Amino acid sequence: MEDLFNLFHGFAVIFSWYNLGMMAIGLILGVIVGVLPGLGGPNGVAILLPLTFTMNPTSAIVMLSCIYWGSLFAGAITSILFNIPGESHSVATTFDGYPLAQQGRAGEALTASFTGSFVGAFFSVVLITFLAPLVAKFALKFGPPEFFAVYFLSFASFIGTGRDPFKTMITLMIGFGLAQIGMDSVSGQLRLTFGSSELLRGIDFLIAVIGLFGLGEILLSMEEGLKFEGKEAKINVKVVWHTWKKLPQYWATLLRSSAIGAWMGITPGGATSASFMGYGIAKRFSKNSHKFGTGKLEGVLAPETAAHASGCAALLPMMALGIPGSATAAVLLGGLMIWGLQPGPLLFIEQKDFVWGLIASMYLSNIVGLIIVLTTVPLFAAILRIPFSIIAPVIVVVCAIGAYSVNNAMFNIWAMLVFGVIGYIFKKLDYPLAPLVLALVLGDRAEVAFRQAILGSQGAMSIFFSNMLVSGIMTFGLLMLFWPAITLGWSKIRGTEPPEGRKTD
Amino acid sequence: MKKLIQKVSYAVLLLAAAAIVSAGAAPAYAAWEPTKPVEFIVPAGAGGASDQMARTIQGIIMKYNLMKQPVMILNKSGASGAEGAMDVKEATGNPHKLMVAFSLIYTLPIAQNLPLSWENFNPVAMIALDDFILWVHSDAPYKTAKDYASAIKAAPDGTFKMGGTGSKREDQIISAAFDKIVGKKIIYIPYKSGGEASTQLAGKHIDSNVNNPSENVAQWRAGAARALCVFSDKPMDYKKKITDTAWSDIPTCKAQGIDVQYQMLRAFFLPLGTTSEQAAFYADLLKQVVSKPEWKEYTENNALARHYATGDEFVDFLKKDMAKHVQLMTEAGFAAKK
Repeated sequence: MEDLFNLFHGFAVIFSWYNLGMMAIGLILGVIVGVLPGLGGPNGVAILLPLTFTMNPTSAIVMLSCIYWGSLFAGAITSILFNIPGESHSVATTFDGYPLAQQGRAGEALTASFTGSFVGAFFSVVLITFLAPLVAKFALKFGPPEFFAVYFLSFASFIGTGRDPFKTMITLMIGFGLAQIGMDSVSGQLRLTFGSSELLRGIDFLIAVIGLFGLGEILLSMEEGLKFEGKEAKINVKVVWHTWKKLPQYWATLLRSSAIGAWMGITPGGATSASFMGYGIAKRFSKNSHKFGTGKLEGVLAPETAAHASGCAALLPMMALGIPGSATAAVLLGGLMIWGLQPGPLLFIEQKDFVWGLIASMYLSNIVGLIIVLTTVPLFAAILRIPFSIIAPVIVVVCAIGAYSVNNAMFNIWAMLVFGVIGYIFKKLDYPLAPLVLALVLGDRAEVAFRQAILGSQGAMSIFFSNMLVSGIMTFGLLMLFWPAITLGWSKIRGTEPPEGRKTD
Repeated sequence: MKKLIQKVSYAVLLLAAAAIVSAGAAPAYAAWEPTKPVEFIVPAGAGGASDQMARTIQGIIMKYNLMKQPVMILNKSGASGAEGAMDVKEATGNPHKLMVAFSLIYTLPIAQNLPLSWENFNPVAMIALDDFILWVHSDAPYKTAKDYASAIKAAPDGTFKMGGTGSKREDQIISAAFDKIVGKKIIYIPYKSGGEASTQLAGKHIDSNVNNPSENVAQWRAGAARALCVFSDKPMDYKKKITDTAWSDIPTCKAQGIDVQYQMLRAFFLPLGTTSEQAAFYADLLKQVVSKPEWKEYTENNALARHYATGDEFVDFLKKDMAKHVQLMTEAGFAAKK
């Protein structure tokens, strides 16, 4: 009951023209920042952070967090329209979003992704409102073995879904190999840098993603006759309404992804793990799992819902423990310190206005955000009607800027071009790209967590089954990994054919 | 048009006059000023101690309008900070890029043979020294560092876990020195940041850490951590009560029989190829920053020892500190084979 009282207090703080204005400005800026690849939420928030030094902390966090929500909403736009994910957590959105756009259903895909994001966010905010203190304590239970178990589950829920396990393994291993480059934080040694200072920082996933997906796609389109598919798509309010009517049947996917996202945001495993896990698990449990990757609405809903749920939930450990659950949360954390607030368990007690004002603003801004992005769907979808010969060079330039701005290094542009060619070849040979990206994003984190755990247990693998929490996650992960074999065995016992699509898993 | 020419020539005259006046009145170093936005490269993650300090300084510069150009903070934490240090090093002659340095200018060249020693940069000024404290969970039975050391001695090797930031860096150097004195093997677990080491201690995944005061203060105030001793030759200065005790109440480790002393510099460097005039501009800027009440408040809240030094004094400090690191890291077996 006290939580509800606090929440109403928060709404009272937020409902001023000034704060509402800040909210709208933040959301619109966020959408712009989210649409431009290479200029994601973290950069947007970081650039505008100095502007907030003179504002009161509550208004400042409302504006900055709204930039974050705006960019989370809008991150899906380029993924769906051009197959270029602006941030790691929208990689999984391309798998079904882009095929939908090619079929001329970009409007549906965008509507589904925005609505899914909204549902995920709402789920997380409700969770934060009522469970804040409990949930914050839960995050403390995560040590290295638990973190490894979470990453393992991400991989496991994803790997088994590939069509050709052999090819999946190959690209996965290439991804792991690339993730090794740079300094190994456990031993403090440099690996695979060959004395080059450019390789010190490692290969950023964003460069790989922009090259593999963005450039690779453009090369393919060029070969296929210089045009975008689906440019005749009609997009209007009817499409939005039509899509909404379809969504209730995916309630299970929405709920699953929301829960996965909220959990991953709090622990904090991150929005990227959440989106991949959301996609993998939705595919596993779907009746149409064999159609995933060819343009299923569920395949857009699942990762977007999970990513946005995780993004919102990530603010909780940031405030309550000072652990940022995402890159943007990390920048916001810096903001908190500048405004003179000490993140930590006492923030909820000492700064009620700030904490509850932020939570109340999360309710409101996600509703306003949904309205803003939905009204702009026709605008973005109209980009698809621009002739390929004009839009393709623009995309290449935007890709190059995006790759460059990751570390402000020319080397990145060359690396991006190489990845573009690799992406093209892989697609021609029908090798899946997603496992490579997954391994690149989560590979080194999984490795570090594994080695920290093993260091602590002095080499005993039993550490991964040492308590209820970690055993639970590991068991679920193993179950996910061997699910295809399990279903196959089950249908053999029952004497029926395995369901279509799982034969090839 | 005529009016415009008149205006321009008037302006030129005024500028010339101003230049003459300032050249006569102001000290010579005031002549150079940044002409572009200035980048502070933080070779550590967002939210960490270096990052917090850099952002506080940014805030002070903005609030008092100490510089005409804005300050931008860029976190480049890859490869234990080597990414950021390399970025500054390679910007030879660029006076608009500064590194917010800490002991990485010793540990990277010693442990990884990277050409990122302080001699590869143009020293501007150091502004503070950061202390290290031995922390345990508040539920732990040890009330003093002595208790903790005897508990470690009584247990078999590898029973206790120490967490810290990164590998072969300041935290592990202290940990190894502590280990040597106690005489039992302690497992060192490297985390990405002091923040992570702090929450891992709060979650009891490790037995202790050697975080900087600012990295653990939130957990200390919340009653989840206990400070056993400070790795310094004298207790800290700050007498303000943080919990029921103040920073100054924490005894030195030396007084507890653990003779390990380690303080970490917080300093600014320009790339090589920049002039001493440019370095002097920033040294002066930082001098103004450290004189402001916000800096006093920040250093007090984070128990950061105020220590401003520039010029020869700073270089002398760097030389001595480097020699100390070579010795400590060679003893611990962290130094790379040349």
